[in-house]
Amino acid sequence: MDYLNNALFGIYPYIALAIFLLGSLIRFDREQYTWKSDSSQLLRAKQLRWGSSLFHIGVLFLFFGHMVGLLTPHWLYEGMGLSTPNKQMLAIVSGGIAGLICLAGITLLLLRRLLDERIRATSKPMDIIILLWIFVTLVLGLISILFSLQHKDGSVMLLLGQWAQSIVTFRGGAADALLTVPLIYKIHLMFGMTVFVLFPFTRLVHVWSGFAVVTYLTRSYQIVRQRG
Amino acid sequence: MRIRAQVGMVLNLDKCIGCHTCSVTCKNVWTSRDGVEYAWFNNVETKPGVGYPKQWENQDVWNGGWSRKNSGKIEPRQGAKWRILANIFGNPNLPEIDDYYEPFTYDYQHLQTAKLSETPPTARPVSVITGKKMDKIEWGPNWEDDLGGEFASRSRDKNFDHVQKEMYSTFENTFMMYLPRLCEHCLNPTCVASCPSGSIYKREEDGIVLVDQDKCRGWRMCISGCPYKKIYYNWKSGKAEKCTFCYPRIEGGQPTVCSETCVGRIRYLGVLLYDADQIEAAASVSNEQDLYEGQLKMFLDPNDPKVIEQARADGIPEAWLEAARHSPVYKMAMEWKIAFPLHPEYRTLPMVWYVPPLSPIQSAAASGDMGMNGIIPDTKSLRIPVKYLANLLTAGKEAPIITALDRMLAMRAYMRGKSVDGVANTAVLKQVGLTAAQVEEMYRYMAIANYEDRFVIPSSHRAEIVDAYDEKGSCGFTFGNGCSDGKSEVSLFGTKKTAAKNIIAMPKSLKSMKEGA
Repeated sequence: MDYLNNALFGIYPYIALAIFLLGSLIRFDREQYTWKSDSSQLLRAKQLRWGSSLFHIGVLFLFFGHMVGLLTPHWLYEGMGLSTPNKQMLAIVSGGIAGLICLAGITLLLLRRLLDERIRATSKPMDIIILLWIFVTLVLGLISILFSLQHKDGSVMLLLGQWAQSIVTFRGGAADALLTVPLIYKIHLMFGMTVFVLFPFTRLVHVWSGFAVVTYLTRSYQIVRQRG
Repeated sequence: MRIRAQVGMVLNLDKCIGCHTCSVTCKNVWTSRDGVEYAWFNNVETKPGVGYPKQWENQDVWNGGWSRKNSGKIEPRQGAKWRILANIFGNPNLPEIDDYYEPFTYDYQHLQTAKLSETPPTARPVSVITGKKMDKIEWGPNWEDDLGGEFASRSRDKNFDHVQKEMYSTFENTFMMYLPRLCEHCLNPTCVASCPSGSIYKREEDGIVLVDQDKCRGWRMCISGCPYKKIYYNWKSGKAEKCTFCYPRIEGGQPTVCSETCVGRIRYLGVLLYDADQIEAAASVSNEQDLYEGQLKMFLDPNDPKVIEQARADGIPEAWLEAARHSPVYKMAMEWKIAFPLHPEYRTLPMVWYVPPLSPIQSAAASGDMGMNGIIPDTKSLRIPVKYLANLLTAGKEAPIITALDRMLAMRAYMRGKSVDGVANTAVLKQVGLTAAQVEEMYRYMAIANYEDRFVIPSSHRAEIVDAYDEKGSCGFTFGNGCSDGKSEVSLFGTKKTAAKNIIAMPKSLKSMKEGA
């Protein structure tokens, strides 16, 4: 059990991050033509605007929420006057709301992708796999909220934070922090980390470009290219 | 002043017979691929009609082009930059494929395999997207060909604004014309301005607007930005595609495929010199009806020594200056003022211009059914309402259209008098402000339309810019990682095999015959 725990939460995170970063880099370098959002709005606009907007708003909040929540050092928010139980409640409430928004969106998108014959016919296998994968990850995350409500002192949250911070700061024995954490969190973590593994092999690569479009705000409207 | 050159196009609608040869040759060359089978970089519409995609001219529906703010600045009508980004998860102004048409083929195989029956078998339509049989084809790229469909539908045409359109519903008063359309390669393109990834650009040397297929991320804002709806979303590749103005041909001094194959010889290609510093001001004129004249002011006289000097300083090759002096586009737009931009009110400063069509009036005028304006028939009583043409070409301003039509009528009257009656009718020329030499040149360009007069295209002189030796053994035109030296058959990143083509599987019956043999 100890060995498995270390393999999954001590070593696998690095494998996942390496595939995520190197895979993205290689694909960006070698396969620019495949780097796209792969929108299907042209084929069916119905459900897309609501589904896509809700999903994206929710998932972006969840992504940054996890980043800030897991990686902010304990002393920093404690020093800013946010107690651990309060921080957990903040995470539960904001994450719960964002999770439900995201769930509504992804459900619409999933139904559309599976049931609309145009979208189904033009879907690549990975389009369906990644959508299902994120759906399961999200549902697991929402279920874990129920467990969090049983220990409002935030002790589990601290352990998860300790694990994440040990991983990104390359400290050994990160997985030990998770030994006593309930199984539901571990399954959620596994699914979540695997999203990063799948990332370079799916349309998810458009996320990188999505963050890059902020440069649009500062550029001039017209672009003229010189020859040569 | 900063001079740039562009290869512009003029289409003489007076001679377009609506044969669709341009559309078909363009499709064969550029869009006979999966994902863009519905896209026609060039299409020919019968006007009046709602067109392709439906109602593309109605910007209250699609929000394409630019709008002018009270401050005098212009911004894309679909929204400022922050709004475009805010809509990135779902574009509210994007047409659905049904607004173009659902692409289809026919189940031809059934004609050969059907069992003996009382009635002849039919080849039913099959959707190219889903591969399933379609009950009924509801719309196509050319549904309104030659006034097909009922008037109530066709008359939603935006160019009927401020026209009493009901009277044109009757058979006696009906009118029609053809409008071949392609990308306008605008001086102030909204597609470029709307692209969050900056993948669309205008080429400095010839003004051609292209999509960088590698940089396009499929945010699809260009499609709603373009008021002409001439950028298409390839639903297979997830990238935007558009008319390339056949740039490989233009670079080599050849006309575009649509121009080359035009059986009516209605298309003209030539160099225009313009002042790039004036673009923003010309597109921001407050009165829409001044946009046409504003754009004319940007074009520079290629015979003016000052212009030539500045153009040389700005790096325009000598061959391009020479071509500009013989440009048929310059003659028609600037000297004779008979060509006009398509919908200048979109503020994109389009560079594909149109000569308005005359309608069949000569016999009506001769029989006294129609009013005369001096010696030529009165343009205002033409079969096609002048207001309709003005809405199409000059944001509703009728005077320039009337002048152009009068000049074309005068040219006919003069040449007819000269060649049939043997009398040169110069009075008619005075009325429209042309000299005999001008009108004979007009006749040569418009009626005879020799190949070398229609197409004056300098080659691009790439050799002066890039070392051609470096391009030896390069991979030419490819999609994706076509030059990859990797040998793997499967694509790691979930795309189709490189250079794979969708080939419909051979029917089992034939397969077994072949295998048996």
